[in-house]
Amino acid sequence: MSRRHLGIFTAAVLAAASLTACGGSGDDSAASPKTLTYWASNQGPSLEADKTILQPELDKFEKQTGIKVTIEVVPWSDLLNRLLAAAASGKGPDVVNIGNTWSASLQATGALVEFDDATLQAVGGKDRIVPAALAAAGAPGKPPAAVPLYSMAYSLYYNKKAFADAGITAPPTTWEQLAEDGKKLSTGGKWGLAIEGANPSENAHHAFTFSQQYGGEWFDSAGKPTFDTPQNVSAIKRYIDFMAADKITNPSNAEYAQNQSVSDFANGKAAMLLWQSAGSNLKTQNMPADAYGVAPVPFLASPPAGGKKVNSMVAGINMAVFKHTKNKDGALSFVKFMTSDEEQTLLNKTYGSLPAVKTAGADPAFSATEQKNIQETLVTTAAPLPQVPEESTFETLVGTAMKELFADAASGKPVTEASVKAKLTDAQQKMR
Amino acid sequence: MATSTAAPDADRREPRAGSPARKPARRPHGPRRSLLPYLLLAPAVVLELAVHVIPMVVGVWMSLLELTQFHIRDWSTAPFIGWENYRATLDLNSAAGKELLHSFWVTLAYSVLSVGFAWLLGISAAVVLQRPFRGRAILRALFLTPYALPVYAAVITWSFLLQRDTGLVNHVLVDQLGLLDERPFWLIGDNSFASLLVVSVWRNWPFAFLCLMAGLQNVSGELYEAAAIDGAGFWRRLRSVTLPMLRPVNLVLLLVLFLWTFNDFNTPYVLFGGSAPEQADLISIHIYRSSFKTWDFGSGSAMSVALLLFLLIVSAAYLLITNRRRDDHA
Repeated sequence: MSRRHLGIFTAAVLAAASLTACGGSGDDSAASPKTLTYWASNQGPSLEADKTILQPELDKFEKQTGIKVTIEVVPWSDLLNRLLAAAASGKGPDVVNIGNTWSASLQATGALVEFDDATLQAVGGKDRIVPAALAAAGAPGKPPAAVPLYSMAYSLYYNKKAFADAGITAPPTTWEQLAEDGKKLSTGGKWGLAIEGANPSENAHHAFTFSQQYGGEWFDSAGKPTFDTPQNVSAIKRYIDFMAADKITNPSNAEYAQNQSVSDFANGKAAMLLWQSAGSNLKTQNMPADAYGVAPVPFLASPPAGGKKVNSMVAGINMAVFKHTKNKDGALSFVKFMTSDEEQTLLNKTYGSLPAVKTAGADPAFSATEQKNIQETLVTTAAPLPQVPEESTFETLVGTAMKELFADAASGKPVTEASVKAKLTDAQQKMR
Repeated sequence: MATSTAAPDADRREPRAGSPARKPARRPHGPRRSLLPYLLLAPAVVLELAVHVIPMVVGVWMSLLELTQFHIRDWSTAPFIGWENYRATLDLNSAAGKELLHSFWVTLAYSVLSVGFAWLLGISAAVVLQRPFRGRAILRALFLTPYALPVYAAVITWSFLLQRDTGLVNHVLVDQLGLLDERPFWLIGDNSFASLLVVSVWRNWPFAFLCLMAGLQNVSGELYEAAAIDGAGFWRRLRSVTLPMLRPVNLVLLLVLFLWTFNDFNTPYVLFGGSAPEQADLISIHIYRSSFKTWDFGSGSAMSVALLLFLLIVSAAYLLITNRRRDDHA
C-alpha cells in the first residue's frame, strides 16, 4: 500500500467512524403513535421472569388499542440513574415504573407528566386509587407525578420450624423481644435476623421506620435535613445493634446487596427477615408458603415521647409518563390499562403485592396471610417517606452511612452513639 | 513497500520534468491539492472536537452552575454560581472537602502501588520470556488473558471470589489451608484497599508486559553479547543494557498506566457496586457518587475539573522532567 493509499484509507476509516458516531443516537422515544417504550422495574425473581409475566399483558394491550409496547426490565441498581439520564436528555422511554419514594425527587426535575384531575380522569379517575398510595406519588400540594401501580409494606417473615425448635411460640411484637428471640435462634451457624446491610435503599427504609418510632424526622417542615438529631442517632444505632450488640445477625450481612438476605432466609440460614412482599421471591427459592409466618414489623416496647406507631413505609411502585413522549395519549391509555381492575388483580397476584386501586381487592388471593398483613399495615401503621425533592439523596447518603456502620460492626469496631452521630452529621453536610 | 512505490513515482516525475508547457494546465488542480490534507484531517478534527474538546468545555461550564435535579432537564435555567462549587468541594474544613482529600490520597496511593507492581510484574515476565524456549508462546498468551477479558466479567468474578462466606479466597485460606481462624472481609473494611489493588494489578500488568516485551524486541542481541564478553552478569546486563534501552518505552508506559489507574472507574465500581468503602474510595467513584447519586452535577463537575487540572500538571511535570533528563544525557 502506498503512502497515499494509506492516507485515503485512514481518512475513510475516520469518516466512517464519525458517521457511526452521528448515527448512534438511537434509543429515541417512539416517534410513531402506534408504539410505546416501557421501562418496567424488577418485581419478579429475575429480569427475564418479569418479561415473561408482562409480555402477555402487553400483547393484550396491543390487541385492544393497536399500540405496540416495547418493554425493557431495568434492574433496581440502575433504574434511578437511567431515569435521571432520560430526564436530562429528554430521550428514552415513554412510560416508566418508579420506586414511589422517588416520586417527589423525579417530580422536581419537571420531566414527568403531571397527573392533575383531568389527567387522572383520563386514566380512570382519582377516586379509584387508594389514598395512602396516591399520597406517595408526589410532593404534597402538587398534582401527583405518577400513578400507583403496586402497593407494598414491610412485614416480619419468620421461619416456623426454627421458632418451634427454639421453643418460641409467637412472633415478636417488640424489638426487645426480637433481640431476645434472635439470640435463641443464633446457634449452630444459624442466625436470628437477616439484613441487607450493603444496600443503601433497604437501609434507608429501615432508617425511616426506626426514626418514626423514636419520634425523629429526616426533614423538618421547611424541607431542611435533620439527620443527626438524638432521635435519629438512637434509631440508627438500634438497627445496627442487631449486628453490633445483640449479635443476632451474621456479620457477613454487611456485604449483602443482591438480596442474599432473602436467600439466607429461604435456605434457613437466618430465621427472621424484614422485607416487602417477599412471598413470590421465597417461592422461587423453593421455600413453601407454609414454612414461614408473616407478622407485623415490631415496635419499641416503651416508645420515647413523640414516638410514632409506624412500622413500615408506604412502599410501592408508581407508573409515570415522561413529558418528552411523542405519544402522550397512547402512554396515558397504557397507564389506564395497567391500573384497570383486571390487570391490577392479575399482576399484583403474581407479584404478591396489593392493588393500588380500591376496586380490585376482592380476589381471594389478596386475603392470604401475607397480603392481609400488608393490607392492615398499609391501612393502620404505614407512613409515606418524606415526599421532598431531596428524598433520593437522603436514601443514598443515610443508606450509605449505615452501610459503613454495618462494615464497622462486622469488623469488630465499636458502634457508639458518637460514631453513629458522626456519620449522620457527615451525611447531612453533603446535602445542599 | 519502498520498492513498489518507487517505480510509479519515478514514472510520474518524468513527464513533469520534461514538459514545462503542461505546468499551467495543472494549475486548476492546485487548490484542490492543497485542500486535500485538510479534508483528510477534517474527520479527525471533528472527532477530536466531539469526543474531547466539547465535552471538556461543557464540563467546565457545568462546574460553574448549580446543576441539581431542578435544572437537569433544562440547563439554561440552572443559576450561574461561579466558583461556589469549587469553594464547597475544595474547602478542606467541610465534610465534603475532607472526604475529597481523603479520596485523593487513597487514589494516589492506589495509583502508585498499582503501577509499581504492574510494571515490576511486566518487566519480570518480559525478561524471562525474552529468550526462546519451548512453551514460550503459550505462556505469552496466558499472561495476556487478563487484559483480553472484558472488565465487567473479570471484576465481577473477583467480587464473587472475595465474598466473605461463599468466596473462594476465604474457602482456600480458612477452610483448606487453615491459615486464618476468622473469615476476613475482603470487600468492606480495611482489606478492601488491598483487594482493589490486587484486582487492579491483575488487570493492568499484562499491558505493561505487552509493551515491555515489544520494547525488548528492539534491543539488539549484539549488545548482550558484548556485555557478556565484558563479563557482565544477569543483573549487570539488566541494569546497563535492558533498562536503558527500554527507557523510551518506560517513559510512555508509566505515564499512561498512571493516568489510567488514577482515573480507573470500572474496577472499583464493579468490585464494590457503586459505593466503595471509605478505605478504597477512589476519586472517580467519589465523583460519581457526588454527581449521580446525590444529583448534584455542578459539584461533581467541579471535582472533575480539579482532577483534570491535577492530572495535567502531573503529566506536564513528568514530561518536562523526563525530557530535560534526556536532553542532559544528549
